[in-house]
Amino acid sequence: MNRLMQSKGLINLMYVPAIVLFALFIFYPFIQGIRVSFTDWNGYSQTYNWVGFDKYNTMLHDRNVWITVKNTLIYGFGSTFFQNILGLAYALFLDSKIRGKGLVRTIVYLPVIISPLIMGYIWYFFFQYDGGAVNDAIGLLGIEAVDWLSKGPTAVWLITLVNTYQYMGTAMIIYLAGLQSIPKDYYEAAAIDGASGIKKFKHVTLPLLMPSITINILINIIGGLKLFDVIVAMTNGGPGYASSSISTMMYNLYFARQDAGYAAALGNTMFLMIALISLLALFYLKRKEVKM
Amino acid sequence: MKNVLQWPKYAVLLLIAVVHIIPFYILINMSFKLPTETSSKWRFPVDASWDNFVNAWQEANLLRAIFNNVFITVSAVALVVIVGALASYPLARHQTRFNMFIYTVSVSCLIVPALTILVPLYKFIVDLGGINTYWAAILTQVTFALPMTIFLYTGFINTVPRELDEAGLIDGSSRMGIFFRIILPLLKPITATVIIIMGVQIWNDYQFSIFFLQKVQVQTIPVALSQFISQFSNQLNWVAAGCLIGMMPMAIVYLCLQKYFIKGMADGAVKG
Repeated sequence: MNRLMQSKGLINLMYVPAIVLFALFIFYPFIQGIRVSFTDWNGYSQTYNWVGFDKYNTMLHDRNVWITVKNTLIYGFGSTFFQNILGLAYALFLDSKIRGKGLVRTIVYLPVIISPLIMGYIWYFFFQYDGGAVNDAIGLLGIEAVDWLSKGPTAVWLITLVNTYQYMGTAMIIYLAGLQSIPKDYYEAAAIDGASGIKKFKHVTLPLLMPSITINILINIIGGLKLFDVIVAMTNGGPGYASSSISTMMYNLYFARQDAGYAAALGNTMFLMIALISLLALFYLKRKEVKM
Repeated sequence: MKNVLQWPKYAVLLLIAVVHIIPFYILINMSFKLPTETSSKWRFPVDASWDNFVNAWQEANLLRAIFNNVFITVSAVALVVIVGALASYPLARHQTRFNMFIYTVSVSCLIVPALTILVPLYKFIVDLGGINTYWAAILTQVTFALPMTIFLYTGFINTVPRELDEAGLIDGSSRMGIFFRIILPLLKPITATVIIIMGVQIWNDYQFSIFFLQKVQVQTIPVALSQFISQFSNQLNWVAAGCLIGMMPMAIVYLCLQKYFIKGMADGAVKG
C-alpha cells in the first residue's frame, strides 16, 4: 500500500513539464497582458504611464474596432456555417457506393495541409482586379471587371469562403468517421418502420451524428474567430480596417502603430469573446447530445 | 441499366474534383508563365519555363527556409509527443480532484488564441533573448500544441483497460515502468494522429514565426514567402512559383501518406 501511494505521488510529476510550459508561455504572458492593457506602453521603450481604462474606453469609441469585431464574427460563424453544411453534404455523398470516392476525398482534404498563407496568395490570384482569374472569366461573358477585394463586405465574405474551401475537408472527414460509426441495423429497423430517405436522415443519421457536429462546430468557430494568415495574404486587413479580424488589427496596432497597450486591451477583449462563445457553444451542444 | 442511372452521381463526383483542383491549376499555370506573357491565367503557358522557379528559389532563400522548417517541425513534434504523452498518463489514470483541475486548465488553453497574448509573449521572448532563435520558436509551438495533444492522449488512454496497469503493479513494476513498457507501446495509433495533426499545424505556422523568426538564417517557409512577396509584389509569376515550391514538401508527404492523414484526423475526432 505504501508503495502504491508513493508511486502515485511520483506519477504526478509527469505533467510538470507541460505545466511549466503553460505557465511560462501562456499564463505569465496572459497576466502581463492585463497589466500592459492599462498602460500606454509603445512596445519597446523602458518607460510607460498608467492610463487605467483609457485603452478600453478608446476601444469602445473606435469605429474600426466595431468593424473588426463584426468581421471576426462573420469569419467565425460564416466559416462554421459553410464548412458544416458543405462538409456534411460531401460526407453523405462520398459515403455512398461510388467508384473514385477515395480519390475525391484526397483532393478535398488536400488544402487542409497547405499553409493558410499560401492558400491566401493562391486566392489572391483569383480575385485581384487586374488580370485576376475571376475577372478574366467574367470578361469572356462580357461582364465588366470587379475590384473584389477593395470593398470591405465583399472581401470579408470572400475570405470566409476561402477559409471554408481550405478547411471543409476536415469537417468532411470527421462527418465521414461519424457516419461510418452508425450501425447498419438502425437503418434497417427504420426501413422496416417504413421511413423514407429524408426521415431516416432526420431521425437516425442526424441524432447519431451529434458528437461529430459538436466537435466540428467547436473546431470551426475557434478556428474562424482566430483567422489571421489568409487575411494577411488576401487583403492585409484592408482597405483601412474593412476586412480586418481582431487578430490582424492587433498585429497592426502593435507593430505598425506601436500602441502595445491598445493591442493588449484588444487582445484581452478578444480572449473574453472567444472563450465565452466557445463555452456557450460547448454547453449548448453537449446538452443536445445528452437529450438524444 | 444500372450504369445509366448512375451517371448523374459520377457527374457530381467529377464536378467536385474539378472545382477543388482549379486553384492548383491556376497556380501551376502562373508559375510556368514568363512575366512577359500576359495571357489569361486560365490558359496554359505558351513558352513554359522554369525561370520563375529559379528566381524564387534564390531570392526567397527557400533552401534555407525548408531546412529551418524541417528542423523546427521535427523537434517541436518530438517534444509535443513526449511532454503530451507523459502529462496525459496521470491525468487519465489518477483522476483526483486536483488532477481533474489540471486537465481542465490544460485543455482550456485550447481556446486561448495565441494572438491575444501576443504583446506580452513577444516582450517575454525579447527579454529572454529568444528572438531569431530556434528554441523560442520550438517551445512556443510546443506549448500551443499541447492542449489538443493532451486532449487526444487522455481520451485514448481512457480506452486502454486499467487491468493492464494493475497487472504491471502486481508484477512489481513502478508507475514509470508501466508507462514506458505497457502504455507507451499501446499509444502508437494516437501518436501517429498527434504527429500528423500537430506536424501540419507547426509546419504551416505563420503567426508565431513572423514574430520570432525574422532573420533569413532562421526563417521558415511562410515567413520567407511573405517577405519575398512584399519585395516582388509586381512579379506575381515569381510569387506563384515560390508558393508552389513552398507547398511541395508537405504536398508530397500528404500524397504519399494520404490514407494515414485522413485516418488520423478521423481517429482523433472519434477517440479524443
